[in-house]
Amino acid sequence: MITLNKDHINNIKTRNFKGKIWYIVFISSAVISIVFLSILILSIINNTFGIIILGLKYNPETVSPGKPLIKNSRDELIKLLNDYSGIDDDFTPAMLKTLNNEKDLSLRTEKDLYMIFFNNVLQPEIIRTFSLLESVFNKNIIIEEYNLNKDSYPILRMEFKSWLNPGLFINTQSSHPLLSGIRTAFFGTLWMVFLTVLLAMPLGISAAIYLELYAKDNMLNRLIQVNIYNLAGVPSIIFGLLGLAVFVRMLEPVTSGQFLRFLFKSGEQTTLNGRTIISAGLTLAIMVLPIIIINTQEAIRAVPSTLIDSSYGLGATKWQTIWHHILPYSFDRILTGTILAVSRAIGETAPLVVVGASTFIVFDPVSIFSKFTVLPIQIYQWTARPQAEFRNLAASAIVVLLILLLTLNLTAIILRERTVKKRV
Amino acid sequence: MEYKNLKKRVRVNELFINIILFVSSITSILITLGIVFELGKESILFFKSGVSILKFFTSTEWQPAIGNFGILPLLNSTLITSLIAMLISVPFGLFAAIYLSEYASDKVRSIVKPVLEILAGIPTIVYGFFALTFITPVLQKVFGEDIVEIYNMASAGIAMGILIIPLITTMSEDALKSVPKSLREGAYGLGATKFETSTKIVFPAAISGIAAAVIIGLSRAVGETMIVALAAGSGPNFTFNPFRAAETMTGYMVRISGGDVGYDTFDYNSIFVIGLLLFIVTLGLNILSRHIIKKFREVYD
Repeated sequence: MITLNKDHINNIKTRNFKGKIWYIVFISSAVISIVFLSILILSIINNTFGIIILGLKYNPETVSPGKPLIKNSRDELIKLLNDYSGIDDDFTPAMLKTLNNEKDLSLRTEKDLYMIFFNNVLQPEIIRTFSLLESVFNKNIIIEEYNLNKDSYPILRMEFKSWLNPGLFINTQSSHPLLSGIRTAFFGTLWMVFLTVLLAMPLGISAAIYLELYAKDNMLNRLIQVNIYNLAGVPSIIFGLLGLAVFVRMLEPVTSGQFLRFLFKSGEQTTLNGRTIISAGLTLAIMVLPIIIINTQEAIRAVPSTLIDSSYGLGATKWQTIWHHILPYSFDRILTGTILAVSRAIGETAPLVVVGASTFIVFDPVSIFSKFTVLPIQIYQWTARPQAEFRNLAASAIVVLLILLLTLNLTAIILRERTVKKRV
Repeated sequence: MEYKNLKKRVRVNELFINIILFVSSITSILITLGIVFELGKESILFFKSGVSILKFFTSTEWQPAIGNFGILPLLNSTLITSLIAMLISVPFGLFAAIYLSEYASDKVRSIVKPVLEILAGIPTIVYGFFALTFITPVLQKVFGEDIVEIYNMASAGIAMGILIIPLITTMSEDALKSVPKSLREGAYGLGATKFETSTKIVFPAAISGIAAAVIIGLSRAVGETMIVALAAGSGPNFTFNPFRAAETMTGYMVRISGGDVGYDTFDYNSIFVIGLLLFIVTLGLNILSRHIIKKFREVYD
């Protein structure tokens, strides 16, 4: 019989104490991990809104009383341009004439005219931007900064700006942060994702069907399977290198669209090299292919064998069984896996930098042979700029990207839940 | 009665489908071959053009302009950023996994796990932005602006660590969860405390899965690109000081290919050489992790 002496009892106390300490360590690790990630989200929101100090030469309200400047018609804008040319040395009538000679003012779009007026007459300059936290808690510094610059600008404004605004979706890239937007990048992302899904989904599903339902257990098939697992772990930038060497360089006549040149109107949007949407789509399709294959294989494995056996028992051929029973049954799961792969593709930056996303384009993509940029690339370029106001733009583009991804992920989760409910 | 018609008949349609499916699955092999071939071809061109392999792996200077090609500065900063990332992600990720698997109630787990999965899906460019606009200023405040450069390896490493936490947590939690209940009950029966059961029984039993998670995390860190491209600085720099700017292998590849690089130039070939090295390292790590899972997995019935 064991008798507990004093040592044992003390021992239990220290052991329990040790356990308690470590429990605190474990739970705080979990909490800290989530706190880290919350700070990440909050720091982005913090950069999306905030006070800006803006220097202007003229007050837009007195220039165009009653309505916002951008709402003016073409004739009104031309009249304004004529009125304001010559008021100071920055915008002389001669400059307006040069612009008119480049392209007749009456033939230009309203937006074009607005931008001329904006850049040459109003000349807004962002003196400093503040984050949301600074705007709320550091009012003194902002007012100090405001007073410091008061005499250097004819009009100095301090306003609260949401960088996430409708203009972000309407405007293309621009060297002026107030006129910059993600329009081109947003359309680029849509085109590219569409292509990626179109290419990767059929290929991935077919490969998964082969591996799960046709492949015999031999060397070759085992090699294919191991190879797919390994490909899923290859860093994305390597796929970019493959894309650069094969799609951009080797297949240039195809991916630049030159072989179809007679079909397209030659315009500024098309390029003469292979740095096009189709190259990007192909590269990302290759990148997400292993993920789609693995997810589809899991989906097919979850189909109950009774379903398959009864189909065979009724005399269906293998393909009939797959087409009428296995695929419909597992379709929700396949779709979920594909959505997750697509959200990976949407957020991917590195391979597209390597494949050659454009650094500066202002035209919406018109075909798969257009030059392109995508949301993450846009975010990268804005973040890499030294000016703080472009960081604010980057933050607002990140919000758009995250909302896009969250929507996709929620769709996947809802699909998964629905499947579970249906089956039970 | 004739039974001849019941013989297995070759269905042309099905055969055709069979071939299509087979070709689809062969694509993955072609992709791998394509990667190996292209990276290999450009690497051979690189070394043929007069760079000695020995110097490539031993020289501590990377100055293509004057013909100095030493991979060590790039390799060194890749290792330092990855090391910092692992120092952050392994303890936090593992402890969080132990908490989720051994201590947390089902309700907590059912909330935390999906949150972690969604957070694992945040694009790395966002973490790069975070490193540059949040972590670096914080580091500068803590250690002083003259010690911490605007671009530095530490902030990139920390951001990478945060990125990898969800990966390590979810993979390790799966490994811990799959340890059978009977082991835990046996330990309790012998008088072990919950902490002792978790760390001395469950943890060793799940060690293969946990090791695999850590190795996969390391492979992610080594191949991670956008965070280091934004936050670690551009320009190779052979330094062991984490607060200084130093370009990593992936950062170099992004910088060089970001400007329109001409084909068949030194720069063009060099990104493929570095790519090949990166490919070999990450492939090795991935194979190792799969090997560990297979070889050292304890099977309990």
